[in-house]
Amino acid sequence: MNIHEYQGKSLFKEAGVKVQNGVHCKTVEDAVNAYDSLGSKVVAVKSQIHAGGRGKGTLYDEKTNDLVMEGGVKIAFSRNDVENYARNIIGRKLVTKQTGPSGKIVNNLYIEAGCSIAHEYYLALLVDREKKSILIMASTEGGVDIEEVAENNPEAIHKIWTHPIDGLKENDAIKMAEDLELIGNSKQDLVMMLKSLSKMFVEKDCSMIEINPLVRSESGEMIALDAKISFDDNASFRHPWMEEMRDHSEEEEVETRAHDHGLSYVKLDGNIGCLVNGAGLAMASMDVIKLYGGEPANFLDIGGGATKESITTAFGIILEDDNVEGILVNIFGGIIQCDMVAKSVIDASNELGLEVPLVVRFSGTNHLEGKEVLDNCDLDVHTASTLAEGAEKIVDLTRSVK
Amino acid sequence: MSIWIHENSRVLIQGITGKQGTFHGTKMDEYNTNVVGGVTPGKGGQFVDLPNKKVPVFNTVSEGLEATEADVSLIYVPAKFAAAAIIEAADAFQQKGGGLIVCITEGIPILDMVKAVARVDQYPEVRLIGPNCPGIITPGDDGGCKAGIMPGFIHAKGRIGIVSKSGTLTYEAVAQTMSVGEGQSTCVGIGGDPVNGTGFIDCLDAFEKDSQTVAVVMIGEIGGSAEEEAAEWASKNMTKPIVGFVAGSTAPPGKRMGHAGAIISGGKGTAAEKFKAFEEAGIYVARDPSEIGDVLVKALEDNGLR
Repeated sequence: MNIHEYQGKSLFKEAGVKVQNGVHCKTVEDAVNAYDSLGSKVVAVKSQIHAGGRGKGTLYDEKTNDLVMEGGVKIAFSRNDVENYARNIIGRKLVTKQTGPSGKIVNNLYIEAGCSIAHEYYLALLVDREKKSILIMASTEGGVDIEEVAENNPEAIHKIWTHPIDGLKENDAIKMAEDLELIGNSKQDLVMMLKSLSKMFVEKDCSMIEINPLVRSESGEMIALDAKISFDDNASFRHPWMEEMRDHSEEEEVETRAHDHGLSYVKLDGNIGCLVNGAGLAMASMDVIKLYGGEPANFLDIGGGATKESITTAFGIILEDDNVEGILVNIFGGIIQCDMVAKSVIDASNELGLEVPLVVRFSGTNHLEGKEVLDNCDLDVHTASTLAEGAEKIVDLTRSVK
Repeated sequence: MSIWIHENSRVLIQGITGKQGTFHGTKMDEYNTNVVGGVTPGKGGQFVDLPNKKVPVFNTVSEGLEATEADVSLIYVPAKFAAAAIIEAADAFQQKGGGLIVCITEGIPILDMVKAVARVDQYPEVRLIGPNCPGIITPGDDGGCKAGIMPGFIHAKGRIGIVSKSGTLTYEAVAQTMSVGEGQSTCVGIGGDPVNGTGFIDCLDAFEKDSQTVAVVMIGEIGGSAEEEAAEWASKNMTKPIVGFVAGSTAPPGKRMGHAGAIISGGKGTAAEKFKAFEEAGIYVARDPSEIGDVLVKALEDNGLR
């Protein structure tokens, strides 16, 4: 789960990580009042969406798609500037490198006191899968795309590790500060910050904290000028506050609905819907559709505990997508019994008035019984005995529809 | 021989009185797996009825190991408590000189796993498989040892080792070996979580040393770099042929594909990179899981094994 920058900064403040004063706003009026209350001549007016690249993004009118403003993060030097920028941002569509061409509507704004910057750094904490530990990485090249730094100048990225059992070692934190060539109070500030962030990462079950840029101010203070935080959804049971921070408008409604039914769904751009049990097999089914010249419309794993109800919901979700011109059902029965799936598929097809070709491939538990159910039903359903055969059939059938 | 479990392995089930524990305990017993008991805190002294026998329930893993001399502990404990269950089993096995822990549970918080794996790693004689996996199975002459949720009947004793991150895709690989008349030595599901116990390299190493295994099928998926590391390791250390497949060639970047670990992040962890690493390591690549059987036949023939 991701949160907005303004939420992340409130967590930083709580954890003892230095941030500038700022106010979360939802209207232009709020923004102007925030400017008055902050008492800083220069402020940053920042679009709040769950995607990076906001500063270099572009704002468009939601209806006309007319360009409104370049840049989703603006520096304002007056009350008037704040009003203009806020008006250009709130309710507009922000398109960045990470949002894709459809962009995201900006419903939240953050007005933050300005800061005199001496240098920009990059800092991130994340779980290192291979080392099975928490990785802290930082660079003196901040405020830019870190993937480019990693590509072109990997030695500019410094790494230390911390373990949730032992916590961050003082010496490692000092080493990081020295690698970043920090001295005096800046060095002390960074060591403190790394300790606070490591503690917060574990206590709040973060999966990532990214600060880009982390800045050294003219007075030598280390300040988090950005805050990108995501949490481990698996740990939400011990953090009831996570639900309060969740911004449902930032999440794909259909993916959330699928999740609530025990399904795992990701929409793609193709025309062949798939319904599969197991994540690996679901991915493989997409891959094989592509291999036979088709394009998958979705990833859908119905899970090991699928029922008639969840399969009907899954069918409904697939058919909501107007691009879908055919469906491949691929089940390798383990716990799930193929005959149960067969009956559910027939019921769901009748209930939803299925009008596109359907290919079903069964293997494993009760596959023969499942095939028999399908062979004896009124529905126009094609069966296949292997994934390759199933994929080939559905690709052919969707082609002949055209 | 097989790897890590054999036909007579003695299996304890943590969470045996729960719905999943009882259901799968029953299936395991039907497959002639030697289930020797279970653990549910507070229910020690009770018994659970399995088709072929009645097994005792213990309050702790330690008590269970003491009484049953189990060498495998299989965990069907809910995600909230699963990491603690792994740690309990690891400590208990350490006292007895070692053992195998298999954790089926999906949805364990990642930092809980970081802590649990750190504990297991302190004990060289204790191995963890999973979590978020189908388990491990060694088919025997009549049933076999099934420590997990896979359908037993699709397997047969044989000479192919299988290791996979995915559940149903492992079954697919099993069916593919069967379609060309080959059985399995041991099938290991290492799970789809970003932080887990046993990895690909551990499995390849064990299969290389196992006299029953002549070739290995390795199934990876997008996310992380375990497949690349395994491929590089294999190119230096494996004499037995490997057939490889990677799921997720069509997965979009930045999206989690069902498994917690199946995500392409920052352009890393793509199927294309993994396939490339497989090819560079001399692994026989199947681009479609339905081809695994045919590719396996070629691998066996090339090596004079068929």
